[in-house]
Amino acid sequence: MSDFTRRDFIKLTGAVGAASALGWPTVAQAARRRIVVVGGGFGGATCAKYLREFGPRLKVTLIEQDTKFVTCPFSNAVLGGLREIDSITHGYDKLRKNHGVKVIHDRVTAIDPAANKVMLAGGKRVRYDRLVVSPGVDFRWGAIEGYDEAASETMPHAWKAGPQTSILRKQLEQMKDGGVVVIAPPVNPFRCPPGPYERACLIAHYLKQAKPRSKILIYDAKDKFSKQPLFMQGWQELYPGMIEWVKESDGGAIERVDPKSRTVYPVFGDPVKGDVVNIIPPQQAGAIAHTAGLVNTDGWCPVNQRTFESTMHKDIHVIGDAAIASPLPKSGFAAGSEAKVCAAAIVSSLSGEAMPDPSYVNTCYSLVGPEYGISVAAVYRLEGEKIIKVEGSGGVSPKDATDVFRRDEARYAAGWYVSIAADVWG
Amino acid sequence: MRQLCRALIMSAVGVASLLILTVPSQSAELTRGAMLSVSCAGCHGPDGNSPGSIPGIAGKSASFIESAMKAFRSGGRDSTVMGRHAKGYTDEEIKLIAQYFADRK
Repeated sequence: MSDFTRRDFIKLTGAVGAASALGWPTVAQAARRRIVVVGGGFGGATCAKYLREFGPRLKVTLIEQDTKFVTCPFSNAVLGGLREIDSITHGYDKLRKNHGVKVIHDRVTAIDPAANKVMLAGGKRVRYDRLVVSPGVDFRWGAIEGYDEAASETMPHAWKAGPQTSILRKQLEQMKDGGVVVIAPPVNPFRCPPGPYERACLIAHYLKQAKPRSKILIYDAKDKFSKQPLFMQGWQELYPGMIEWVKESDGGAIERVDPKSRTVYPVFGDPVKGDVVNIIPPQQAGAIAHTAGLVNTDGWCPVNQRTFESTMHKDIHVIGDAAIASPLPKSGFAAGSEAKVCAAAIVSSLSGEAMPDPSYVNTCYSLVGPEYGISVAAVYRLEGEKIIKVEGSGGVSPKDATDVFRRDEARYAAGWYVSIAADVWG
Repeated sequence: MRQLCRALIMSAVGVASLLILTVPSQSAELTRGAMLSVSCAGCHGPDGNSPGSIPGIAGKSASFIESAMKAFRSGGRDSTVMGRHAKGYTDEEIKLIAQYFADRK
């Protein structure tokens, strides 16, 4: 059936729901629809795969500018010298071969919600019936005075894994013993809330062996952070005296940096010169969400939390770090969970069937050391039209767990990684 | 000869497209059980087939999964993270999850 006749059919019947009422084979109708997914990270790649899983005859096109994806999860292990970057790098061949997803490597420059089209940098236009946007985060360059994209070459953020991870690792390798590493985590909300503190742990693990007289200073824009008691306990146990955390109310927030001298200027208190400075800038939804008018005044994307359809534009869904899905955190695991719910919503809607009640899960591991893992997890459901944590579920690892417990969780962290990578790109 | 080649190619293409059309898909019917269970894949691997250190659950018997989940939930069975997960599900939901993975290969 050509595009023309299919569109005609839809015009005639008004909606797939109407077709269903008339007894037409609705699954077959859903089958001919084209879903375009923008972004091939945890959210986008999972959504593309599960759209095909739930709707095997859907045409699913994934648009991702890079041919390889380097995961933020376990990139701290690369910084700590526990892994090579290749082990956290994934391609898209299996999505093509095993799941029938069409993958286009190009950059989306614009979205036309009125014409249901996305424009690509290469000049191509791709039409969609439903669009899923999973753009991740972008940085608010300039929010910290002096910290722009150029500054990130000398003071890497390493908050998108890849070349930035390698720059930071190299700086750590080149640093002298007795050096000072500054890590500056941002205000909420941001990608991977426990990430900066795991980073401190795994950098400390490396320094403890290679440069034991060195120090890590965390200049934080917040007064508290994810899994805080567990991390602080771990710092005491594994890296005593090595990691110092300066909270916001003690002058931890950085207002200016000088990339040339690698100096950070807290809002109050003395400037600090680091040998290695890792600025994790404040964040917002990825650029295309802004270009396409999918963001609110805070720079994040409001969505219907049952379907992840944008409240700004019809037929466009936003998932992952860019979407407002709190209390789900901005994590790779949560992005995948949102992606599955979103895929279910789209397939249900196109086939005119009622969507099963959504269920969402988050599970995040952090490594305090190679043999010392901690986790946070929870199950979520919808109440009214709002995501809530299922009462009694979830929480963090116990505070005074045995060494065996911590070792098991470190082992499960590695298992988590290969499982989720297989679920997303496998 | 050229025509023969073309005929062979065409029939090969025909066979190939037939194969594409008839290859059994790995699709999951979009049920409440599937909606609950696909979350588990993030740790237990696609369809519950774990490639790493986390136990696989594909093809385990429904009664095994159900009793394990209930024991994790009550604390009768020790766990690192499973107790925190199991507390998120009702008896009925646990049954659906157990059946879903019992049906996986």
